[in-house]
Formats: sequence, structure tokens, C-alpha cells
Amino acid sequence: MNSSKNRYLASPYLIWSAGFIIIPLIMVLYYAFTDYDGRLTFSNVSAIIYYVNIKALVLSVIFSVVATLFCLLIAYPLCLILTTVIKNGSSFLSLIFILPMWMNSLLRTYAWQNILERKGVINGILAFLNLPPFYIINKPPAILLGMIYDFLPFMVLPVYNSVSRIDKDILNAARDLGADSFDTFVRIIWPLSLPGVISGITMVFVPSLTTFVISDILGGGKILLIGNVIEQLFTQDSDWNAGAGLSAILMIFIVISMFVTAKYDREDIK
Amino acid sequence: MIKRIFSVLMLAVFALTLASCASSEGSTGDDVLYVYNWGEYIDPEVLTMFTDETGIEVVYDEFETNEIMYPKIEAGAVNYDLVCPSDYMISKMIENDLLQEINMDNIPNRENIGEDYWKNAESYDPGNIYSVPYVWGTVGILYNKTMVSDPVDSWGILWNEKYKDEIIMQDSVRDAFMVAERYLGYSMNTTDEDELQEAKELLQEQKHLVQAYVVDQVRDKMIGNEAALGVIYSGEAIYTQRENPDLEYVIPKEGTNVWIDAWVIPRNAKHKENAEKFINFLCRPDIAYLNFDYITYSTPNIPARDLIEDEDIRNSPIAFPVLSDYDLEAYTYLGEKADRHLSALWREVKSY
Repeated sequence: MNSSKNRYLASPYLIWSAGFIIIPLIMVLYYAFTDYDGRLTFSNVSAIIYYVNIKALVLSVIFSVVATLFCLLIAYPLCLILTTVIKNGSSFLSLIFILPMWMNSLLRTYAWQNILERKGVINGILAFLNLPPFYIINKPPAILLGMIYDFLPFMVLPVYNSVSRIDKDILNAARDLGADSFDTFVRIIWPLSLPGVISGITMVFVPSLTTFVISDILGGGKILLIGNVIEQLFTQDSDWNAGAGLSAILMIFIVISMFVTAKYDREDIK
Repeated sequence: MIKRIFSVLMLAVFALTLASCASSEGSTGDDVLYVYNWGEYIDPEVLTMFTDETGIEVVYDEFETNEIMYPKIEAGAVNYDLVCPSDYMISKMIENDLLQEINMDNIPNRENIGEDYWKNAESYDPGNIYSVPYVWGTVGILYNKTMVSDPVDSWGILWNEKYKDEIIMQDSVRDAFMVAERYLGYSMNTTDEDELQEAKELLQEQKHLVQAYVVDQVRDKMIGNEAALGVIYSGEAIYTQRENPDLEYVIPKEGTNVWIDAWVIPRNAKHKENAEKFINFLCRPDIAYLNFDYITYSTPNIPARDLIEDEDIRNSPIAFPVLSDYDLEAYTYLGEKADRHLSALWREVKSY
């Protein structure tokens, strides 16, 4: 194919990305750096140093880092088991882990609320067995659980893909040359799976950082994440400028994680 | 919550439509009416009846709080013909020129609305030009008789350490601050910085006792015995008692908010006459009665109240309290600056 034909084929995607990504981004930045009358201002962005906002941001970062770590710790061994131990039907098993994505994430989060509630499913069973109740609803662990549960498939998918792509001959060669399982993992499997891990981290970290639904539903409105602050600025205060200002700050984190991903993707090609 | 997410999505859509400079028109047909109302705030049967009688199709959307509704009307991306905000929000909308006058000649059934309610409505709509009262009520404490041993007659019980994790508060700025302000003996419309700070600190102090800050879910959580005490609108009280007889509603002695939700026609409405027909329809006693029976919020419609067969409900002190027995106050619009300040204080409480 010649390049002009390629360009022609790409045009729908260019329109898509212009209309749904670039223009909205420009609008966010426009609102972020102007006040209600359209004058240039930095107060919307500098509002991040207000202690409520900075606390919400720090909490969001902590929550999303921890959620991402947990997702990785759960997903990586799972993918190794699926590709090495269970060779037959492993794609079916990985499908099962991705299956929850077929349901609306909002519904799944509400389901967790019902499960964790004081009179919910878990406490109903515990009470029946005369065991002490288990209260994490409306507390940080419930939010963390919601994030891990909602975003785990985003980690499983890329990690599974990169682990399953590793050529078995390379592993056999490593064994032949005297590497034990630990060496094989550290020097062969882990480096080769790194691109999948990196994109999995981005795909879990970014939605965790920006979520406001999970903290609202499972946190009982008691824990304010940066997503909640932005949502309230838009919906309650109808203060688009202030909301956009904080969104711009949040974008910095997202852009950083995208750069990291891009860097590892390039190394993958090398 | 779903509505809240929806509204955020809507905002995103607004942004896109603005960007493409496309003015979004509603349906161009004449036999249609765009209604924007609170969640679960009408008997669905009423909508069907209206369409059957008039041939006007009703496109119906819902919102969860006044604060979520307002930006959508202000942005004007959807041309709603009829909206049902609360009192203080109506005065804000009048002040910002978002409403148009209702032609009261098209609403002969307005006579069914009690004289007192029209008079009360003057506080937010002087001259009764822009709005027709739909429902009214108070804000109070709903408690579970099997879980609360102390007498419940004061907002102070919401600060009682004994009920740690058993208290549900409203996640709505004005209602939350109203509780603290009234408990401190201040006006719920105060803009005095010292009083606001004091109220904020009181709410922060309460936070470790609060199980959750929610809006519509207070009802379900109280019915499900999830909590012992909840701040709730009087209209929900009758419904919750039907579902769970252990629940009791009280208006605290420090006084509370009395509110009216009323129909208004936004400035950019495309089907004003249909909107007026609909208001007139809703003011019909049989229709107002159907709605009361379904949503259980107090109706200002006098003949409709007389249609209520159950005497306990017709004379219920919850649904129809004798207003002079309580220290009641309506919200007034504080102005945008004070509103945003209050919101910021509320975030300080929630991030505490």
C-alpha cells in the first residue's frame, strides 16, 4: 500500500481523535486557565494547594498506587499459572477473569455495597454462623476492594497477552544453559513480560486515580478523592473553571504514566 | 448516583456540542413535552394518563439534587419545558433570568392549591409569577424505635457518641449545614463567616459518628435497618413507615427547613403551552391524589388531601404538620459567591 492511501484510511480516526480527544482537551485547558469572564488566570490550577484538594489528590495517588500493586500481585501469578501450569484451556480460564467486564461496572460496584453492608450478604452469613461482623463498608478498605475488583481485568488482559507470547523455546534454551526457575523468571520471563506489565499498570492506575464513583458508593461519601472534588465542582458548584483547573493537574499524572508506557513500548520494539 | 454520573456525562456532551458550535435542538414536533423532575417524584401512571388525554408525549428526565439540575438548565443544551426545583433554587433561577412567566389563565386548576402555600411561595417567587407549588415538606430525623433508646426531639442526638456508625446524613450542602446551623441556634440562611465556621466545625466533629453521607439512599438504608438515625425529607417518612413500621419521623425542637418544590418553565422552553397544560393537569385533585399516594410527599392541593381515605394519613402530623407548632424556616438563595463558599466548606467537612 502506498502512503497516501494509508492516510486516507486513517482519516476517520483523525476526525475521531480531533473531535473526541483533542478538542475536549483544549476546552479543558481553556477553562482551566480562564476565569468566569474569560480572563487569563492561574487561580484554578493553583487551587490544588488548597489543603482539601491536595489531601484529595494525595489520597487518590495512594489509593491508586496500592490498588495497582494489588492488581499486579494478583494478576501476574495468575497469568503465569494460566500459561505454564494449565496449558489446556488457559484461554478459557483467562476469559473467566475478564468476564465481569461484560457487566456494567456501576452495577458491580453497587453489588459490592450490598455484599459488604452491615446487613449485607457477608454479615448475614457471619451472623448466622455466630461470628463477629465484618465492617469495611464506608471505610478505605472497601474503596480499595472496589478499585481492585473493578480494574483487575485491565491488568490481567495485557499481562496474559505478553506472558503467553513468550516463546517456549527461549525458556527451554535457558534451562539447557543451566538457569534454574528463579533465574529463568528474573532474567527471561519478567523482562519479556514487562511491556504487558507496564500497560497493565497504566490501565489500572489511571482509572483508579480519577474514579469518583467507587469512593462515593463504597466510601459512603466520607472519603473525598480528587475525582469527587472535580465532580462536585462541575455538578454542585457549576464552576467549570475550577473543575477544569484541577482536571488539568490530574492530567499531568496521566501524561507522565503515558510517557512511561511509550518509553517501554519503544524498548519492546528494539 | 446513576443520575449523578449521567449528569457528568451530560456535561461532557455539552462541552462537545459547544465545541462543534452545533445548537442542539429538541424534537421539533409540537406534541411533546420535556419534563425534568426529581427522582421518583411522580406516579408514572400520571404521565400515561396525560398522554392519553392530550396526545402530548412526555419526555421525562430525573435529577437528584437542585445543584445538579441547575447547571444543565443554565447550559441550556437540553430545552426542558418544565422543571421542578426547590424554593431557594427558584429564586436563584429568577435572579439569573432563566425562567419565563407562567400564563396563570391557562391553569384554572391552580385554585386547588391552598391559599397558605401561595403565600409561602411569595418568599421565593414574589407575586406568584414564575411557579406553581407541587409538593412541600419538612426535613427531620427518621429513627428506628428498636435501635434508639433516648428520646429523639433534638438535632443533638446526631452528635451522641452512643450512635457511632448508626447515623446517616444528607449529602446535600444546604440540608447538611441546616442541621448544624439550627442546632447551634443560627439561621439556616446565615452568611456570617463565624457562624458558618462554627457549623462546619460541628459537622467535622460529627463525621466520625456518621456511617455515610447519601441522598436518595437514606430511605433504603433506614428501611433495611442499616442505621438507627437518618436525616430525611418528610415525604419519605410515610413511605418508609409503610415498609418498616419500626421507623418514626420527628421534627426537632430547634426547628427545621420547610420547603416547597414547584413547577417552573425555563426561559428556553420550546413547548410553553404544553407545559401549562401539564401543570393544570397536575393540579387536578384526582391527579394530585394519585401522585400523593405514589410519592407520599405532602400535597398543597386541598381537594386532593380530602380524597385521602385513610384518616391517619389525611391528618398525619408528618405529612400535614400544623406549621405554627414548629420553628420553621425556608431556604433563601444566598448568591453565587456564598453558595460556592458553602460548597467549599462542605468539602472541608467531607475531606476531614
